[in-house]
Amino acid sequence: MAKLLSHSQTTVVDHAKIKQLEFKNRAENFRRRWYQFTRNRLSIVGLGIVVIITWMAIFAPLVAPFPEQAGPYTDFARAGEPPSREHPFGLDLIGRDVLSRIIFSLRPALLMGIVVLSIVVPFGVFLGLIAGYAHGTWVETIVMRITDIFIAVPALVLALAIASVLTPSLSNSMIAVTVMWWPWYTRLVFGLSSSLSNEDFVRSAELMGASKAYIIIKEILPNCWGPITTKMSLDMGWVILIGAALSFVGLGEQPPAPALGTMVSEGAKLLPDMWWIAVFPALAIVVVVLGFNLFGDGLHDALSAEKS
Amino acid sequence: MSSTPLLQIKNLHLDFKVYGGRLKVLDGVNFMIRPGEKVGLVGETGSGKTTMMKAILRLLPEPPAMIYESEILFKGKNVLKMSRQGLMQVRGRGISMIFQDPTAALNPVFTIGEQLKAVVMGPSIQPRRMSKEEMRENLIKPLRDVALADPNRLLNSYPIQLSGGMRQRVCIAMALATSPELLIADEPGTSLDVTIQDQVLRLLHNLVESKNMAVILITHSLGVVRERTDRVCVMYAGNIVEEASTGELYRKPSHPYTQGLIAAVPKLTGGGVSDGIPGHKSEYLKPPTGCRFHPRCQYVMDICRQQKPQNYKISDTHTVACFKYQELGLQQDINQINVGQSDRTI
Amino acid sequence: MDIIRFIIRRTFHSAFVLFGLSIVIFAISRVVPGDPARMALGYQAPEAVVERLRIRMHYHDPIFVQYFYWIRDASSGDFGESILTRRPVLDDVKQTYPATLELAIYGGLFMIFGAVTLGTISAHNKDSWIDNVVRVFAYLGVVTPPFVFGVIFVLVFGFWLGWLPTIGRSDPVLVLPPKVTGLLTIDSLLVGNMVLFVDAVKHLAGPSIAMAMGGMAQGARLTRSTMSDNMSKDYIAAARALGIHERTILWRFLLKPSLIPTVSILGLDIAAIIGNAFLLEVIYNWPGISRYAIRAMQAKDLNAISGTVLMLGLTFIVFNITVDVIVGILDPRTRLTAQRGE
Repeated sequence: MAKLLSHSQTTVVDHAKIKQLEFKNRAENFRRRWYQFTRNRLSIVGLGIVVIITWMAIFAPLVAPFPEQAGPYTDFARAGEPPSREHPFGLDLIGRDVLSRIIFSLRPALLMGIVVLSIVVPFGVFLGLIAGYAHGTWVETIVMRITDIFIAVPALVLALAIASVLTPSLSNSMIAVTVMWWPWYTRLVFGLSSSLSNEDFVRSAELMGASKAYIIIKEILPNCWGPITTKMSLDMGWVILIGAALSFVGLGEQPPAPALGTMVSEGAKLLPDMWWIAVFPALAIVVVVLGFNLFGDGLHDALSAEKS
Repeated sequence: MSSTPLLQIKNLHLDFKVYGGRLKVLDGVNFMIRPGEKVGLVGETGSGKTTMMKAILRLLPEPPAMIYESEILFKGKNVLKMSRQGLMQVRGRGISMIFQDPTAALNPVFTIGEQLKAVVMGPSIQPRRMSKEEMRENLIKPLRDVALADPNRLLNSYPIQLSGGMRQRVCIAMALATSPELLIADEPGTSLDVTIQDQVLRLLHNLVESKNMAVILITHSLGVVRERTDRVCVMYAGNIVEEASTGELYRKPSHPYTQGLIAAVPKLTGGGVSDGIPGHKSEYLKPPTGCRFHPRCQYVMDICRQQKPQNYKISDTHTVACFKYQELGLQQDINQINVGQSDRTI
Repeated sequence: MDIIRFIIRRTFHSAFVLFGLSIVIFAISRVVPGDPARMALGYQAPEAVVERLRIRMHYHDPIFVQYFYWIRDASSGDFGESILTRRPVLDDVKQTYPATLELAIYGGLFMIFGAVTLGTISAHNKDSWIDNVVRVFAYLGVVTPPFVFGVIFVLVFGFWLGWLPTIGRSDPVLVLPPKVTGLLTIDSLLVGNMVLFVDAVKHLAGPSIAMAMGGMAQGARLTRSTMSDNMSKDYIAAARALGIHERTILWRFLLKPSLIPTVSILGLDIAAIIGNAFLLEVIYNWPGISRYAIRAMQAKDLNAISGTVLMLGLTFIVFNITVDVIVGILDPRTRLTAQRGE
């Protein structure tokens, strides 16, 4: 009896200590990852770009020099003015300040990225985990075949096709991209999950009688976070890009609301005369994608840093 | 056995430049092997054995590896100062190497035949004036020598189609195809199961006997060394800590590390399992001052923490780098180590 | 022999995928609210006529029956008529497809050549200034969308420098050669018409290079990283240790395994060019299937949309099989391991 008591006593103490150690561990881990991340100057540049973009999007009315010109506004007298000190990116065909419009167009762009990813990632990852763990069963076959179907068509084509049958709008373009984007996560996680399910630590968990759900969530998923997070940050850029492509052909955010793709397509018709109307939004797209790419690459390095 | 050394490593210092600083992997190593001699190089993983061998053939990219104040003489010529052309002549023809993991050592997207052919042709890219039959014979013979069945089919196979044992034999065949004078065998057969490993070692033994090759046999297994070598060097943390003819090493292990190694081998005749050697693995970024083994040594004295021990002579065929034997006097010249009678127990 | 088995297995797999794709496309096309028969005939048409068309389109039948008829027609190439051109979609596709194909082919060639060359140069001169320049270029190439390149090329090479034409496939003044392959460059060579050939190439240069940039950049990065990873692999060190000639090592034993991941990605990218062509065909006003498809999408021309998407999907699938086969030839591992259970 006495022996039992002392055993349970030590267990209580251990719990608290364990939590403490875990916290310390995580803090140390984070510090180490941050160190790895900052090794490469470009990653910091990427982080900086992402932060600036987000900040500009959130505070657009405050940041843009002429916020009222981002919406329905016309000034035909000054339409098509080249870049000047007052309007660094010039004015478009309707007399609106291009710079302000670009800043405001960051809002739907980022919104699309966030919305699409927050749906696509949980859904796609979930499917991928299950398919990967159930390697070799009918579950895997069905899930992966469906995934293959979506991957069979070039991304842009499918997105356009879906968007085209719906009424053009921002939310519908988000739906279109969401529908065709999830398979990529499923495929990524499937690869990770199925190779991990052969690892010893999973086998031993099975032997100890852990339930399938436990194994998937506690053993396999933590090992997938790295590639998933990296892909997410890279994808922010790509989703914004596809959003721009959709609005380029008129299937996204509708005018007069500003959207990067729309601005490029309007400007493309005016080349080479009023080149600033197309070029600056195009460069903005490049910078956004670049920022997320650099950031994502840095994340990748930080998360997969292995000491040799 | 002539006594002019075939290969001589003098004062080999090798550092690896990494983020935190420099890893001082090899700390002034001296090593020598004579034609036809079989020397064992024993040490735990990470002691620097493979690194040293790779340094001989200059297989380490130089940065991040940095070699300084050293000389590596093969047949009198300093490898460290050789031109590309010179090196190509030495590699494969003078010195050959069998890598630890035969699966990793074979190029997965080329057939065995293609790889073997490249080895045989060596530094000459132009196909020599050789007929197809001659070339084929040159490829089949090494494979037959390593007792591989159906060499013709093998030549057209890819490494992935072969078993582990077969891959190991192919690697041996490729190493011996050019009849080198010195063979470096890095843990041959460790990735295979014990019976196959034994076969491979036996095969290797017969082959080098017939060609009178010098062999450096790297291993962490004392049993292997005992059977197959004339002389043994024990390596720890980038230093050779003890060197003796094989029989003598087992009779009188002198360095505390060697003693620990030999004690750690479980004996069939009772006695149980030892406690192992206390302490942690060698640390190269900030190596211990003085003798690198001192943190783990039960005989540690003050001087061990301050100075690096030199090589002290226990006998004509036995030196040890440990201050315990300081009074015995220094070994004058490594060339003076003589091999006693053949102590091999085959 | 195992290649044949490999191809057969992949074909089966792709047939299934194609089937699934058709379901998806069909579902998409039936999501649209509105009356396709009415849309096809216009407001003016009398109700009776429209009703007859509805019956002919199996509009009132259950969805599975509709799918059956659609798939039956589609497999013989009948996608119905386009609302815009009032012609069978199949004819439209036949007319516009070669133009896009030509773009894709040349884009692909630029991509492969550029990626391998740049990647190899970069890997061999690792960390030198050449390497850094290539890496920056490659990075920008990946993040810049093709239509941005299109705009830049039109601006720089078209207007400012005047080197390349900016619209269409060929100078309207010139007479087109008889259609053998549908590819202007080949057809003009076949007839020996050098003027036309040069003209066609000039028109191709802008859009195809713009399309190729992304894949080229990605391929270059991948080649570089694979090659530099492989350079420190044991089998390269072993090859060196055995005295194999350095040049043989670099250009044979290192190159081949390094190309393998690149080939599969490049293959995907070349196929993706077909997707990228979309926006570039609009910018350059190129008479290809993508421009046709975009107009169809803007007009909600369902027949045309489903037809073109299916065609593009089919192209993509065929392409993927080809790439897999090539990878199978290059890398025996995929070939041989695929045999034992998939």
